[in-house]
Amino acid sequence: MTTLANGGTSGLVNIQPPRLDPFKGVKKVPLEEFFTSGHRTCQGCESALVMKMMVKAAGPRTVVLGSTGCMYVANTTYYSTSWVVPWMHTQLGSSGSAALGAAAGLKAIMRKGKIKDEPINVIAFCGDGGGADMGLSAISATLTHPDYNLLILMYDNESYANTDIQLSGSTPYGAHTTFSPPGKVRRIMHHRWKKNMAGMLAAGHPTCRYIATVDMSYGMHAMNTVRKALSIGGPTFIHSLDPCPKGWDYDPILSHELGELAVKCGVWPLYEVEDGVVRLMGKTKEIASGRAKRLPVREYLLKQGRFAHFTDEDIDYFQGKIDEMWERWLVPGVIPLRKEIEADRPPA
Amino acid sequence: MAHATATKVEETKGADKTALITGSEAIAVACKLADVDVITAYPIRPYDTVMQYVAKLVANGEMDCEYIVAEAEHSQFEIVKHASAVGARVFTGSSGVGWMHAFEALTVTPALRIPMVAMVGNRALDDPGAFGVEHNDALAVRDLGWQLVWVDSAQEALDTALIAYRVAEDKRVFLPCAISCDGAFLTHSQALVRIPAQEKVRAFLPPYDRAKLLLHPDNPITVAPQANEDWVMEIRRQNHEAMERAVKVIGEAYADFERTFGRSYGNPFFEEYETADADVVLVGMGTVSTPIKVGIRELRKEGKKVGFVRVRWFRPFAADELAATLSRFRAVGVVDRDFSFGSPYRSGVLATEIRAAMYPSAKRPPVLGFIGGLGGREVTVPDVRRMTESTLLAAEGKAQPPTQWIGLRE
Repeated sequence: MTTLANGGTSGLVNIQPPRLDPFKGVKKVPLEEFFTSGHRTCQGCESALVMKMMVKAAGPRTVVLGSTGCMYVANTTYYSTSWVVPWMHTQLGSSGSAALGAAAGLKAIMRKGKIKDEPINVIAFCGDGGGADMGLSAISATLTHPDYNLLILMYDNESYANTDIQLSGSTPYGAHTTFSPPGKVRRIMHHRWKKNMAGMLAAGHPTCRYIATVDMSYGMHAMNTVRKALSIGGPTFIHSLDPCPKGWDYDPILSHELGELAVKCGVWPLYEVEDGVVRLMGKTKEIASGRAKRLPVREYLLKQGRFAHFTDEDIDYFQGKIDEMWERWLVPGVIPLRKEIEADRPPA
Repeated sequence: MAHATATKVEETKGADKTALITGSEAIAVACKLADVDVITAYPIRPYDTVMQYVAKLVANGEMDCEYIVAEAEHSQFEIVKHASAVGARVFTGSSGVGWMHAFEALTVTPALRIPMVAMVGNRALDDPGAFGVEHNDALAVRDLGWQLVWVDSAQEALDTALIAYRVAEDKRVFLPCAISCDGAFLTHSQALVRIPAQEKVRAFLPPYDRAKLLLHPDNPITVAPQANEDWVMEIRRQNHEAMERAVKVIGEAYADFERTFGRSYGNPFFEEYETADADVVLVGMGTVSTPIKVGIRELRKEGKKVGFVRVRWFRPFAADELAATLSRFRAVGVVDRDFSFGSPYRSGVLATEIRAAMYPSAKRPPVLGFIGGLGGREVTVPDVRRMTESTLLAAEGKAQPPTQWIGLRE
């Protein structure tokens, strides 16, 4: 038996993950692009930036599998694909299966000498609908397979943004979507709290070596997170929060600022879980260690039309839930387990 | 009949072996012989026995493949779809509602030109709970671009699996193929099977070469982009043309199979039994052939000239050839182990297809539909007698109901 770098074993052979050291500063980032012109994403689309930086970080020896969503429909118009690397569509709920299948296929035919044995990055991406809703089961299964090197990246613009902004399991509490419009009788149609995808996957998949959150307002960190995820071996998962001008209803010029505010207000904690060790990253680490002050969520919420119907009471409730995440969770910002029962009192 | 393409059958070392194995095990052995690279399993009776045999082959080091236990059938088919896209030979399968759980993946696989080979252990689409055979599971994909073949013995299951890889991976085709094996009657029944020597299989089945469609950094293509109304019609047409070419490729594959392995299946698309002098024939798919053939032997002793046509390839459907053959008889009784609710004449799927195929024929004998053996109920020799008698009456011009349920508790 051979012991794999990722701690798994195989009776046959180990396909090594690539070695991708972090980019040491923005000037060291290669100029070459692998996600280029030809797409028709919205102005200010942060998910398009995710695609661009994800594949820039991965480099040319990469296969990308994209499940249905904005980043499929907007990026691959026939005859004007924006992908320089090989790219294949996968079904809405199949990012986990796509990554697993491609990685297993490459592993088998490399082992048998049917193609050249070399590290090839396998990345499957999904939106929050494809990932946190429909694809959760397959992503979960894939993260339990230590023998395949792959990355699943969930670009989370917090709604089914491609199909007209319908709420997903990753849409924040109270947000106005086409399936949760504020009305004359019911101000808040969407009472569900956003799924804690990265934390859930980290807690539930003890052999998965690397799970992280990113946000393209912190692009260098995001790219180096992708490089680490691809190098560490085994299946990995990255959850990116992507401000979406169309779905969140704001001026596209604010995308970058909203991405920063999500972190600065403590709504979107940046962290990585490597071999079970939790590390808060960047601005989130500064907030947690008291070096930076956590801003009120009001700053973040009121810049977005999707929360325009919020009353002060709604904002206070939202703030309370974020405070809870930082003050009550046993692993603040990551795992919502706590020491004692607390009542939840959403506004009427 | 098409002609063989191999210029000569290479001298092969190693002898065939004979083993007492089930239909499922025969397909597992075929996967080993075909050197399949990636296999995905998920439990559902009765197909899943094939995956139990594969697991043993892998555990014992007799087979080198990535053997992945998926978390659902949808993932089973999506995993191998992507493995095939990067150049791996793949195998998977399912039964009944498991096959239906994978339906979205099944739908897209032909359009992606993925030569996946899958086993369907045919099973009723419960509810209500039923493990037994029905053909509605595999037939549900009949309009989607899958090649569909039914077999009726463990030997034919093994041989057809090898043929399926050969046909599916032919660049003229590049379409998936599902091999239907009747649940229990074939998946779980043992028979003596000749297992061909590895060298013969190597001579018959070239390596999978995805060529221009390979998903690899050396061939950076974009697969399945947004084509919409601009191109979807042309792409559907290409799929249709591939299915058309499959007719010829299937013929070549069976001819080469005979030259390589020395076993002949005659006409690849359908088998004829006692048809030379028959007045009427029954038509069916799968293991219903056993009671029908036994019944025919009894009826012939009584002087009734009855034959049987067993359809193997349902897609592509050999409409012209079947129509030409069936128009020789005075009446045709189609035995469907499936049912299509609300369909023309409230028939089974096969009966409807046969009626459609025969419509342009100059000579059109009456075509009766029989629904039998649903949910795994046995089709018995007395059932065969009843169906034959009705078909004989139709041949004599005595009106019969277009569809009759056989063996139904009234």
